[in-house]
Amino acid sequence: MTKIEQAEVVKVGMADWKLAEAPSTIRTSGLGSCIGAVVYDEAKQIAALAHVMLPDSAMAKNKETNRAKFADTALEDALQSLQQWGCSVSRLKAKIAGGAQMFSFSSNNEVMRIGPRNAEAVKEILGQYRIRLIAEDTGGNKGRTIEFNPADKTLHIRTVNQGESII
Amino acid sequence: MDLIQQIKPIHLDVLQEVGNIGAGNAATALSQLLNQKIDLNVPSVRIIDFQEMQSLAGGEETVVAATFLRVSGEAPGSMFLILQKEEAEELAFSLTGNKVNIVDDSFDELAASALSELGNILAGAYLSALSDFTSIQMQPSVPSLAIDMAGAIISAGLTEISQVGDYAIVIDTLMGEAEDSDSSTATGQFFLLPDPDAFKRIFQSLGVDWS
Repeated sequence: MTKIEQAEVVKVGMADWKLAEAPSTIRTSGLGSCIGAVVYDEAKQIAALAHVMLPDSAMAKNKETNRAKFADTALEDALQSLQQWGCSVSRLKAKIAGGAQMFSFSSNNEVMRIGPRNAEAVKEILGQYRIRLIAEDTGGNKGRTIEFNPADKTLHIRTVNQGESII
Repeated sequence: MDLIQQIKPIHLDVLQEVGNIGAGNAATALSQLLNQKIDLNVPSVRIIDFQEMQSLAGGEETVVAATFLRVSGEAPGSMFLILQKEEAEELAFSLTGNKVNIVDDSFDELAASALSELGNILAGAYLSALSDFTSIQMQPSVPSLAIDMAGAIISAGLTEISQVGDYAIVIDTLMGEAEDSDSSTATGQFFLLPDPDAFKRIFQSLGVDWS
């Protein structure tokens, strides 16, 4: 992986994760039930952003699927990559957003509860790595577009109805 | 085996016909509701990855009004009726006579209810035609309406599919007012996303081999 020197916006798609170093920012669009998990190193001004769809790789019915889709494997790979960039896990902090329930159904169908489950899973995994969760904006029923700036550690969250917020 | 390796042109043709029959019935229902001629595009059946999924209904952040329902039974799947912002507002106006802005906080309750009911009727028409055609029982959930970013909305229908693979097969049908009508065009887009397990049953009931 090559480091990016110029300021640009690194775009992360669904079921993917990437790294960005200041002055670049890192962004993912249209988070619904998915979670955008930012893990960053303040001192080095490097951040990883994972756009995860599902809580647990044990849910995979086909073992050759993309690891970036699941909270556990995506974070594992992203953390490894952050370490290769010289970040130490003990110094990492996290901010997360997403995990909404876009549609309200009366049934308590587990499929429909995937947003909250994603949020729970990501928090649990961060806990396992002892990464401090600094801020979160999860749940609700709104889609989110998020952009993280590794230089000032702000996470900008844009929604359709409730404007923009910064955590 | 991954879906993408199993699917052959004949399967895509059959799914296209499935989309045609479902959306055809829905267009008839819409036409009666609005008392206008409605045209249907030939459905496109595509195998797409998640990045493409997110931008199916325009951009990831495009605001749409979407009705979503889950189909359970022998051929489970997810179904969406997507209306672009202007289209939804146009339809709400036709149905209620109120001019609305769907992203406004004070979005008219009557208009919301009308759009929700519209989605209900059209999705019901689509699925009942499909069920008749394939003689597969399809039990739709109560449809739910959301107005939000297209990317966020579509991802709600991918939970099942994403557990199996990284691709989805989508039957995408666009409806619009017939060109000779004098008012502006209102269109909607249907997406049917069968769960990976559903294909075997669909093809079997239509007499097409599926390994």
